[in-house]
Amino acid sequence: MSRQPYVRPISKTTWYMRNGRYKRYMLREVTCLLVGFYSLLAIFGLAALAAGTPERWDAFLASQQNGLMVAVHAIALVYFLVYMTFDWFKLAPKAMPVQLGEKKLPAQVIVIGHYLAWVVVSLVIFWLAGVI
Amino acid sequence: MSIRQLELEVMRYDPEQDQEPHFQSYTVPCEEDWAILDAINYVKENLDTTLAYRWSCHMMVCGSCGMMINGEPSLTCKTFVRDLPDKVRVEPLANFPIERDLVVVLDDVMEKLERAKPYIIRKEPPPEDQEYTQSRSALHKFKQYTMCVNCMCCYSACPQYALDSSFIGPAVLTLAHRYNLDSRDQGKSDRLDILADHDGVWECSFVGACSEVCPKSVDPAAAIQQMKVDGAIEWWKQKLPGGKS
Repeated sequence: MSRQPYVRPISKTTWYMRNGRYKRYMLREVTCLLVGFYSLLAIFGLAALAAGTPERWDAFLASQQNGLMVAVHAIALVYFLVYMTFDWFKLAPKAMPVQLGEKKLPAQVIVIGHYLAWVVVSLVIFWLAGVI
Repeated sequence: MSIRQLELEVMRYDPEQDQEPHFQSYTVPCEEDWAILDAINYVKENLDTTLAYRWSCHMMVCGSCGMMINGEPSLTCKTFVRDLPDKVRVEPLANFPIERDLVVVLDDVMEKLERAKPYIIRKEPPPEDQEYTQSRSALHKFKQYTMCVNCMCCYSACPQYALDSSFIGPAVLTLAHRYNLDSRDQGKSDRLDILADHDGVWECSFVGACSEVCPKSVDPAAAIQQMKVDGAIEWWKQKLPGGKS
């Protein structure tokens, strides 16, 4: 009997359409585009700051305060929350399990710890930014 | 006991006659407590003796009856007919070459398994006249990862392995992690190469599908992420002043 194993083809471009699990993963990974966008924005902001003239900096701030940009930031915030923060915090206990004797610390405790740390870090940033 | 007619669509492939696989339908009168494996066994015994597939224990121990059931990798002995619609499609595990019908070629994983050195490695001689002792808490560190039955459902669920089969993959990495966590083992450095290599843990992008389909709740995705954390800590230790090189 001759062997002739058959290899099923897989699409390199549409494989993630196979099931909901892969689609959700891709929605999470798409956040890299937003990260890229904010990296560019930070570079533009720094360039405006480095120019040393208040006009350039004010112009940069003004460019972020119109309705379109506020909407972009709001959508980006929600998208990051849903597909990055919630997902990664949920997965954190897998990457960092805490064992106490024979028992593992419940995953929920680690997840809640992350949310608390997030709130604290956010408050510190708001405080540094002079918002509170 | 009530009988339910199940339409079982089975992928068939005869390497001596077929250019590519095709589906063949069988109507199977299933009893209420049947698993998909029972339905496949019924086909083999009553309708078509030419059907090729693997199975052995029928109780989630041998890990040999893993197949795609309606597109999801699963043990056929664990998947019950009563939980499925009237029409069920059975295919060989995805991401592996098909040997014949529902039998896949597992050579690639077997070779990878060897590379992970899944056994206790000692640098020091064993204690004299004494077995290796291990506390219960030390056992619980890795016990979950010993539950793997090598059914390879995780490889079928992993898109990373589907796109690039050089990736060592979930079950083998988990097994390596299991030995790395074992207090009796001293072979972590021996397993570092294949794990930290380009085809090791960093190839995993944490889709998490492996853990979702695992019939034994081994959670390979967790093991791989923990190895990434370990790897990152080791790397930083080497980079810090006075760190080991």
